[in-house]
Amino acid sequence: MSERPLTPAFLESPFVKEKVLLGMPLRTYVKSLFTPWNAIAAAILLAGIPTLVFRFWRGLGAVSNLSQTNPWGIWVAFDIVCGVALAAGGYTVACAVYIFGQKDYRPILRPAILTGFLGYALVVFGLIVDLGQPWRLPYQFFLTPGTTAVMYEVGWCVMLYLMVLGLEFLPAALEWLGLVKVRRLLGSLTIGIIVLGVTLSTLHQSSLGAFFLMTPGKLHPLWYSPFLPIFFFVSSISAGIGMVIVESAISHRAFHDQLDPAAPVDLDKITLGLAKGGAVVLFAYFFIRLQGLVASGRFDLLATGWGAWYLFEMLGFVLLPSLLFALAARRHSARLARAAGLLTVLGVILNRFNVSLIAFNWNVADRYVPSAGEVITSLTIVTIGVLVFRWIVNRMPVVHEHPDWRGAH
Amino acid sequence: MNLNRRSLFKLAAAAGTAGVVGAAATSSASVPPASKDARGVLVDTTRCVGCRACEAACAEANALAGPEKPGDDTVFASRRATSPTAYTVVQKGTAKSAAGDDRYAKSQCMHCVTPACASGCVVKALEKTPEGPVVYHKDRCLGCRYCMIVCPFGVPKYEFSSATPLVKKCTFCAERQARGLAPACTDVCPSGALKFGKRADLLEEAKTRIYTNPGTYVHKIYGEDEAGGTSWLYISDVPFESLRLPDGIEKKSYPEMADGALSAVPFVITLWPPLLMGMYTFSKRREEVAAAEGNEKQEEGHV
Repeated sequence: MSERPLTPAFLESPFVKEKVLLGMPLRTYVKSLFTPWNAIAAAILLAGIPTLVFRFWRGLGAVSNLSQTNPWGIWVAFDIVCGVALAAGGYTVACAVYIFGQKDYRPILRPAILTGFLGYALVVFGLIVDLGQPWRLPYQFFLTPGTTAVMYEVGWCVMLYLMVLGLEFLPAALEWLGLVKVRRLLGSLTIGIIVLGVTLSTLHQSSLGAFFLMTPGKLHPLWYSPFLPIFFFVSSISAGIGMVIVESAISHRAFHDQLDPAAPVDLDKITLGLAKGGAVVLFAYFFIRLQGLVASGRFDLLATGWGAWYLFEMLGFVLLPSLLFALAARRHSARLARAAGLLTVLGVILNRFNVSLIAFNWNVADRYVPSAGEVITSLTIVTIGVLVFRWIVNRMPVVHEHPDWRGAH
Repeated sequence: MNLNRRSLFKLAAAAGTAGVVGAAATSSASVPPASKDARGVLVDTTRCVGCRACEAACAEANALAGPEKPGDDTVFASRRATSPTAYTVVQKGTAKSAAGDDRYAKSQCMHCVTPACASGCVVKALEKTPEGPVVYHKDRCLGCRYCMIVCPFGVPKYEFSSATPLVKKCTFCAERQARGLAPACTDVCPSGALKFGKRADLLEEAKTRIYTNPGTYVHKIYGEDEAGGTSWLYISDVPFESLRLPDGIEKKSYPEMADGALSAVPFVITLWPPLLMGMYTFSKRREEVAAAEGNEKQEEGHV
C-alpha cells in the first residue's frame, strides 16, 4: 500500500508514455524541458499572456499605439499580412510535389505543410487579437455577408484553406495515432485537396494586395499600383520558397535526432533545386514591379527619400536575392542559397510592412510606431507557433517518414 | 485506376465549387447606384460665420457630449478633427475673403455616392441607403477598421479605449430624415450656409450661385466628382485647400478601383482546378512512361 505511485495512472499508460512523453518517465520528461531556449520562450509568454488579457479587458487603445489616423499597426502588418505570405511554403511545395511531380522535394513537404498550417492558425489568432469585436467573426459567413468586399473573399479563402491545410497535415497525425483506415481514405483524396489548396492560395494571397487598391493617395505612389494583387501573389511564391529553405535548414539542425538514418536526405540538393526556382520567381517579380513603376510613370519620385527606400527594397531584397540564388545554383553552394533564402524572407516582410504600414500614410504628420505591448504580443504569437511546431515534430512523422507509410500519398 | 482518377477529379471540382461558391459572388465591389431623389447638403462657405451651432445640434441629436468649448473661438487655432464624440467640427480656413472676412468649413462624413467604406465592409455594418445616408449598423461591426483605411476623407473614427468598440461617424441624421425632418445641423444653421435637399437639385443650385455671382466663387463644386461624387457639396470664394478640406481625392468611384481584382475571382475558381489537374495528369504520365521505359531497359539487359 505504501508503494502507491505518486503519478496519476494515465501517465503510466503506454500511449501517453510513448506518444506524449517521448518514452521518458514523467520526471525525466519535465526535467528535459529546462533548456535555455525554453527559458526565453517562457519569459516571452509570461510577458505576452497578461498583455493579451489586458488588451481584451481594457480595449485596443490600452495596449497599442493605434490611433484615428493609424488604425492598423503591426498586428495587421506582421501577424496577418506578413503571416499569410510567410505561410505560403505549404502550397508552394505541395504544388511542386503533387502537381508538377517533383518527388525529390517530398522530405520537405510535411514540414512546409505544418509550417503553413500553424502559420494560418496564428494568422487567425492574430486577427482575433486585432479585431475590435472578434466574437462577431462568423457574421461575415452567416448573418450579414458583405459580398462586395475584398475581405469577404479573403475571409472565406483563409477559413477554407486552414481546413485544407489541416487535411493536408492530418495524415501525419493519423500515422502517429496508428489510425490506418482513415489514413488510407485520406490518401486517396490527396490530389483533390492539393488542387483546392493551390486555388484558394492563389485567390487570397493576391487579394491581400487588393486590400490596398482603394487607398491611392494614402499609400505612396511608388508602392501603390493597380497590379498590387499580382505583386502579392508572385511574391508569395518567392516567400514560400525562401521560408522552406530557411525552415528546412533550421529543422535539419534542430531535429537532427528525428532524421531517419535508413533514408538519408540530401538537403543541399533540395535547397539548390529550390534556389533555381527562387531565382526565376524573384526575377519575374522584379520585372513586374518595374512594370508597375513604368505604368505609374513616377520615375521622378525615385530621386526622393522615399525613392531611396523603394530602391533599397527593390535592389537589396528582390534583385540581389534573385542573383544570389542564380549564383548559388551555378556554384552548387547550398550555403549561399540559404543566405539568399533568408534575404528573400526578409524582403517579403519588408515589402508587406512598406505597403501596409511604412509607405502607408506616408504624407501624414502623425506617424505610427508600435508600442511595447504590440511587439510583445506579436512575439508571443510567433513563440506559440515555434513551441507547437516543435511539440509536433518531436512526435509525429514530419521530418522523417513513418516506416509503414514510405512513399505513400 | 482510370475510374478512380476520374472520381478524384469530380471530387476536387465539387469541393472547389461548393466551398468557394460564396466567393464567386464577389465579382464586383460596386454598390447599387443611389436613387435620383437621394438627399444632399450644399455648404456655401461664403455664408458660414463659424458659430458652431451645427456642432451643438449634432451633439444633441446624437446624444454626444457637447461641443468643445462652446462659444470660444480659440478652438480654431489649430486643425480640428472629428472624433468618436464629435461627428462634425467647424474648421477655420487659412485664407480670408476679398472683403477680409474669415472663412469656415464644417467637416463631417461626406456620404459618398459610391462609398469605399460600405463596399469594403465585410459584414455590411456600413451601408449606403438609396436616400443618401451611409448608415452604420453597430450590432454587426467586427471592428476590422478597414473603413478607416479606405475612406479618402478620413471620416470613420474608432472607440479605441472601449472593450466593445464601435465605429463612430456622422449619420446624416438618417432617423430624422426617415421622419421627414432635416438633419439637425442644417435645421439649426442660422446663416443659411447649409441647405438640405435633393443632391441633383443642389448641384443646379450651386451652379446657379456660381454663375449668377460672377467673380465671387471659385469655379468648382467640391464633392461633385470627388471620390465619384458625394452627398455633401461645397462652394467657396477661397481656395478649397485653405478650408482644410482633404486634398488630392481621386475624381472617380473608389469601389471601382477594386473591381478588376474582384472580377478575376470567378475565373481563378473555374480555371485553376482543371488547369492544375491537367498538369498533374501530364506529370503522372511522364512518371508512368519513365517507369515503363526503365522496366524495358532492365528486360533488355537480361537478354
